Amino acid sequence: MKKIDIIKSPFNKSNPITVQVLGICSCLAVTAQLKPAVVMAISVTVVVALSNLIISLLRNTIPPRIRIIVQLVVVSALVILVNQVLMAFVYDVSKQLSVYVGLIITNCIVMGRLEAFAMSNKPLDSLLDGLGNGLGYGIILVILGFVRELFGNGTLWGYPVFEKLGLYNIGYENNGFVIMAPMALILVGIIIWIQRSRNKDLCEKC
Amino acid sequence: MKLRDFFDRLKPSFSKGGRFEKLSSTFEAFESFAFTPNTVTGGNMRDRYRGCHIRDAVDLKRTIITVVIALLPALLFGMWNIGYQTSMAYGLDWGFWHRFWFGFLRMLPIIVVSYVVGLSIEFLFAEIRHEEVSEGFIGTGLIISMIVPVTVPLWQLAIAVAFAVIIGKEVFGGSGYNFLNPALVARAFLFFSYPSHMSGDHVWIASPFHFAGDAIAGATPLGQLMASRPLTASAFDMFLGTIPGSTCETSVLAILLGAALLLITGIASWRIMLSIVIGGGLMGLLFNAIGANEYMQLPFYCHYLMGGFAFGCVFMATDPVTAAQTNAGKWIYGFLIGAFAVALRVLNPAYPEGMMLAILLMNCFAPLIDHCVVAINIRRRKKRWLAAERRTNR
Repeated sequence: MKKIDIIKSPFNKSNPITVQVLGICSCLAVTAQLKPAVVMAISVTVVVALSNLIISLLRNTIPPRIRIIVQLVVVSALVILVNQVLMAFVYDVSKQLSVYVGLIITNCIVMGRLEAFAMSNKPLDSLLDGLGNGLGYGIILVILGFVRELFGNGTLWGYPVFEKLGLYNIGYENNGFVIMAPMALILVGIIIWIQRSRNKDLCEKC
Repeated sequence: MKLRDFFDRLKPSFSKGGRFEKLSSTFEAFESFAFTPNTVTGGNMRDRYRGCHIRDAVDLKRTIITVVIALLPALLFGMWNIGYQTSMAYGLDWGFWHRFWFGFLRMLPIIVVSYVVGLSIEFLFAEIRHEEVSEGFIGTGLIISMIVPVTVPLWQLAIAVAFAVIIGKEVFGGSGYNFLNPALVARAFLFFSYPSHMSGDHVWIASPFHFAGDAIAGATPLGQLMASRPLTASAFDMFLGTIPGSTCETSVLAILLGAALLLITGIASWRIMLSIVIGGGLMGLLFNAIGANEYMQLPFYCHYLMGGFAFGCVFMATDPVTAAQTNAGKWIYGFLIGAFAVALRVLNPAYPEGMMLAILLMNCFAPLIDHCVVAINIRRRKKRWLAAERRTNR
């Protein structure tokens, strides 16, 4: 596989959320606003990319029978690092994300990429694969955060867009349903719908 | 026959190979709206487009139009009631026709918005998929306009209808493939999106002064119970429907007229209606027996008269697409709807109207109920067959 394909495919035909349906839990939980969604996307990208790189470097020395434990140790170390950085520099967002930073450890995307890719590929390829998958996950998070914050709160990154446009004066109101988790799931469904109608290869044969 | 000639002249250009081939579904829909087509649902069409909820010789068009006729008493009463509530609340001395006319004018925009938005989307999807436009929305669109508060902002209604038709129905393949009742999806969407316009005391009575500040208080019986205030309406008022509430679902009497028509024609299932009444009644009696607070002490039959219980029971739960299909399944499905509706009302302070959520919940479980009923039946017959086999072998 070419290097460019490794990093490009998670955006389309092997997207972690819309095709592999991994990482749904955090994607519903942290996307009510754009800012936490972006921070979460960056955190997951860093964790996936670095853990992929480290595991790929170690892949020939890890005994197969304890590989899951080794992977977990690496991932948890990275997650703790990310958590500390978030608490130090963006404390308010880290408060908002609460347990979901710690739960990156259990994010299926991380373990999935380690097992499926890093254990059998070279370090550079693994790093690119981690970056691609983290960003492929991140882009869905950012789309959801954008839509949900805009229509749920009328703001973007805390800036009151709809208020400045004067929409409230002509009777517009924020949609309370968009803030709730079910709507995030429906939005993911709509993204999957659009993606599949553009790319017929993804549709199951029936 | 001028209109017939008109359609015949246009037909070639909308048929395959014609200039407006892309609009053939739209043409077909208008033609069968104007004239009775010589085909019925499932007739000469490919099997895939046969409504999978059709289990009878009656086709979809006739089913839907019977439902619409059954809705008329409630609709007409609702129009009068809008005028009646306004004239009582503002102390206006209006006659019968004045009240009716006022209600008619307030209902008209709601009905028009519901139909225009919903049908536009239906036509659009039919064109994209090269299918015929289904009649299903004729019923759904009317029902949506009958279960919203009269003061609902029209743009919110439009969004809710669009959401219901696209996410509630079209993503699954259109009429007959949806697992949730689209009208209830629209109402649930409004309820969760814009709660301040869907509940409380200030949304049920239309202002006589041209949409300006619909803010006079008129609490529904459910709202009063929720706030532990005394009921102002008598059981007889609630039965007649002269109480504040969603546009056309207040009158149990008018709904019963519709129910009679649906039962006589066999469109709706009597099993579902009866089991909902039994389920709600038993739950009400159970709460009466506990009697921990005033709401629990409410006589069980009052639950039938308040809110959307009667309307949901007759027109929504019996929707043949989303209800359980097996006879035993219908009993379970209906019983649980009634029981959950009353339980939600009494026990959950956040949701004054339990009927909507109870039906949506059971819609989700209807396929599972059917699956279990069928599986149990298969196992029972298999056992019987094996026993017979053993006897003959011996």
